[in-house]
Amino acid sequence: MKRKYSPVWTFLSLGILALFIIFVVYPLAMVLYRSVLDPASGKLTFENFTRFFGKKYYTNTLRNSFAVTIVATLISAALGLIMAYLTKQYRVRGSAALNICIIVSYLSPPFIGAYAWIQLLGRNGLITRFINSLFHVQFGGIYGFAGIVLVFSLQSFPLIYMYVCGALESLDNSLNEAAESLGANNVQRVTGIILPLVLPTVLASALLVFMRVFSDFGTPMLIGEGFRTFPVVLYNQFMGEVSNDSYFAAALCVIIMLITLFFFFLQRWMARRHSYSMSALKPMQPRDQRPLPKFLTHLVVYAVVLLALLPQITVILTSFLKESTPGMFTSQFTLDNYVTIFSKNKLVIPNTYLYGLCAIVLIIVIGVLVAYLAVRRRSVITSTMDTLTMLPYIIPGSVLGICFLYAFAKPPLALTGTAAIIIISLAVRRMPYTIRSSTAIISQISPSVEEAAVSLGASELKSFAEVTLPMMMSGVVSGAIMSWVTVISELSSSIMLYRASTQTLTVSVYTEVIRDCFGNAAAYSTILTLTSVLSLLLFFKITGRRDISV
Amino acid sequence: MGVAIKIDNVTKIYDGNNIVIDGLSEDIRPGELFTLLGPSGCGKTTLLRMIIGFNTIEKGQISVNGKVVNDIPTNRRNMGMVFQNYAVFPHMNVRDNVAYGLKTRKMPKAERYKKVDEILKLVKMDAYADRMPAQLSGGQQQRIALARAIVIEPDVLLMDEPLSNLDAKLRVEMRNVIKRIQAQVGITTVYVTHDQEEALAISDRIAVMNGGVIQQTGTPKHIYQRPANEFVSGFIGLSNFMDAAVRDGALDFGCGYQVPMGTLKADAPERVHVAIRPEEFLIRPKGEPGIPVTVRSSVFLGMTLHYFVTRRDGQEMEVVVPSDLNEIIPDGTEVSLQIVREKVNVFDAGSRVSVIREGA
Ligand SMILES: Nc1ncnc2c1ncn2[C@@H]1O[C@H](COP(=O)(O)OP(=O)(O)OP(=O)(O)O)[C@@H](O)[C@H]1O
Ligand SMILES: [Mg+2]
Repeated sequence: MKRKYSPVWTFLSLGILALFIIFVVYPLAMVLYRSVLDPASGKLTFENFTRFFGKKYYTNTLRNSFAVTIVATLISAALGLIMAYLTKQYRVRGSAALNICIIVSYLSPPFIGAYAWIQLLGRNGLITRFINSLFHVQFGGIYGFAGIVLVFSLQSFPLIYMYVCGALESLDNSLNEAAESLGANNVQRVTGIILPLVLPTVLASALLVFMRVFSDFGTPMLIGEGFRTFPVVLYNQFMGEVSNDSYFAAALCVIIMLITLFFFFLQRWMARRHSYSMSALKPMQPRDQRPLPKFLTHLVVYAVVLLALLPQITVILTSFLKESTPGMFTSQFTLDNYVTIFSKNKLVIPNTYLYGLCAIVLIIVIGVLVAYLAVRRRSVITSTMDTLTMLPYIIPGSVLGICFLYAFAKPPLALTGTAAIIIISLAVRRMPYTIRSSTAIISQISPSVEEAAVSLGASELKSFAEVTLPMMMSGVVSGAIMSWVTVISELSSSIMLYRASTQTLTVSVYTEVIRDCFGNAAAYSTILTLTSVLSLLLFFKITGRRDISV
Repeated sequence: MGVAIKIDNVTKIYDGNNIVIDGLSEDIRPGELFTLLGPSGCGKTTLLRMIIGFNTIEKGQISVNGKVVNDIPTNRRNMGMVFQNYAVFPHMNVRDNVAYGLKTRKMPKAERYKKVDEILKLVKMDAYADRMPAQLSGGQQQRIALARAIVIEPDVLLMDEPLSNLDAKLRVEMRNVIKRIQAQVGITTVYVTHDQEEALAISDRIAVMNGGVIQQTGTPKHIYQRPANEFVSGFIGLSNFMDAAVRDGALDFGCGYQVPMGTLKADAPERVHVAIRPEEFLIRPKGEPGIPVTVRSSVFLGMTLHYFVTRRDGQEMEVVVPSDLNEIIPDGTEVSLQIVREKVNVFDAGSRVSVIREGA
């Protein structure tokens, strides 16, 4: 029997649906439309696409993008897998702190890693100069393919690490013991039991890494030099002073979205098809090792974490050092960088926090409602709404930025250059994560709890607000802190949308790096890192957990 | 086939100071199905995991066939284990699950699959060889777990509450499967459970444990009929306990009811506890010799008839009689209870140890 629900839910659904049509569907449609529009004649044309695929210069960028992304993803997967296995299977000193360090290294925007690695291994990098003087060689620094792969691998393995840790935690130890009792040695056990069981998780998370790496433009922009990737060309086409052809750029947007869309569905298919429902009564207990293996385990784990954190450490240290020439830091302590950035654009820090907060509020209110409506009030409207809200997940940030610029340049919705457009883009981009996690939380709350409240005389809205919402709150709050951290480190769409008055921390880091003002960049990014770390500690404090779910 | 396991004065200490088992010894005979039975937390799993090597042994030693196994890693002990949650590998089909142990032993493929098919027939799962575990019921998964453990022809088979995740009916069916197969292959088996009925049904011998100490080891019949102490008597089956005095080899219940006993030890103390199972009572009309009680309520269960009665001092007891065509005694009736003297057990009121003669 179909139950009759209060019409309030329908109005809410329609309202949210309208918002998503205006802020997601409409901008996307604009880009799609432009990509096939001939501006001169106003007719339909595929000229932009044939132009792209006809020129080696362009198709090469796609090949480059796939090359770096595949290699970086493979390395991340290997690193993540090894790190997760070592820390879960063996007793590693300070593993809780290591875990936090790994998460911190993941939460910083990738391009900061790129710029920090230039400081270390670039042409005039610290390590480069050291190597060159030690071995009397002319090592030119790590740029191009190798540089991009280095940065992405170290920046992305934490995601796979976190997923695989989760999978290992749900693997019941009796499976290990069964294998052992059947005569398997350690190698047989790992390759025959553990690896196949976590492989679906590795694949699923590797595809997430793939999508992220593929669409990131900050890193290849900074460290790629001659090595052009697709997102770099896209950015240049759109922002470039020389040749900006917004119709061609729109076509590029469509191409990259088709690619991420493909991998998104591949990821979903993998996650659904190749997963074993496991739940551990007794998870693996970290074991002690004999001295030599123990030393090797610690060596590997600490070395990888140190490498992953090196960009953060470099940035924080250099923010307190004097520069002789741009990029050449002396060993002299100074607070100049901070003095400069505070006197320069006083709006940057307030902007970051204000936009972040506004976006978080939007994300939570709308995200929780969408999740609730999609789970508890299933209808054509709510499932359409649910699908639409997942769209931004597959839109690379820079593409979303471009979509917004096309869509909201003219009245009635002339938002270009306002704070609103940045807040909305942040909210839209990070919404899917909160919706997914809220959906999971709501699915675990039995509907009968709410029905009981209604049967006792509460209205539907009241029972939602007074029964379901409080039960969800702790999960939502912890989700919100994570969203907050990812919101304040967002670069790719903000960089498209910002003006001097709406500049945020990440944008400032980026622009300072581009201008070779490394000291200022370091100071900005130190503040960013500090905020992330504090938020993360707050998250651990509130939830009492020692890991995060992504 | 069939090896002896000698557990010699073993001690288990968790985390450096938590002594769970302190100097336990036991001999398990070749080819028998030996059950560790005891309440939750008494150390059954701990002992079992010491035998297979998942737990270290802090003191003492365990030997299998005369060979000390303390320092042999699990994967070289040649012991099979069936886990409470089955631990069937979710990524392998039934055949590969069962073949896994043979694969680690590098048995050639043809031989391997021949053997697997034989075992699958034995556990009546040959029709499911190509299924994935997710498509099997709990009972079927348990059969696979059993097949996987015995196909490697282990010296010892260990089972930790293998049936506790199954529903009542399946539990009975599976314990018969286990008993049949164990008898057929003759592997020395150590079986852990906290379900006394299961233990009685399946075991050749049972060791009743409490607080890390084995209270009594014996056949199911012996343990049920001649419990060594009050703990065993109360843990296995149901017993009504009554205070009594021993005078001239007779039990005096203090209400004019005296029962000459032929089963007591010569040195039985004066103050004793008598444990009487519900079926060890005879109901007599009021006034005849016996313990005077009042019937409070009765439950008719078809095969048996249960009476709940109260003594003068308020103690409640349960009496079971086989049902017959006579009328059920109405509530409130006063009757006399006599005891079946050969069957009842008597314990020292101080030490709570049995004072029944050996062999009685
Ligand atoms: N890994 C461990 N670390 C510390 N103490 C433990 C550990 N495993 C078991 N114990 C303790 O040892 C005691 C015996 O536990 P064990 O698991 O052997 O009980 P059990 O008889 O199998 O009980 P159950 O019927 O509930 O399975 C318990 O008090 C338990 O808390
Ligand atoms: Mg146990």
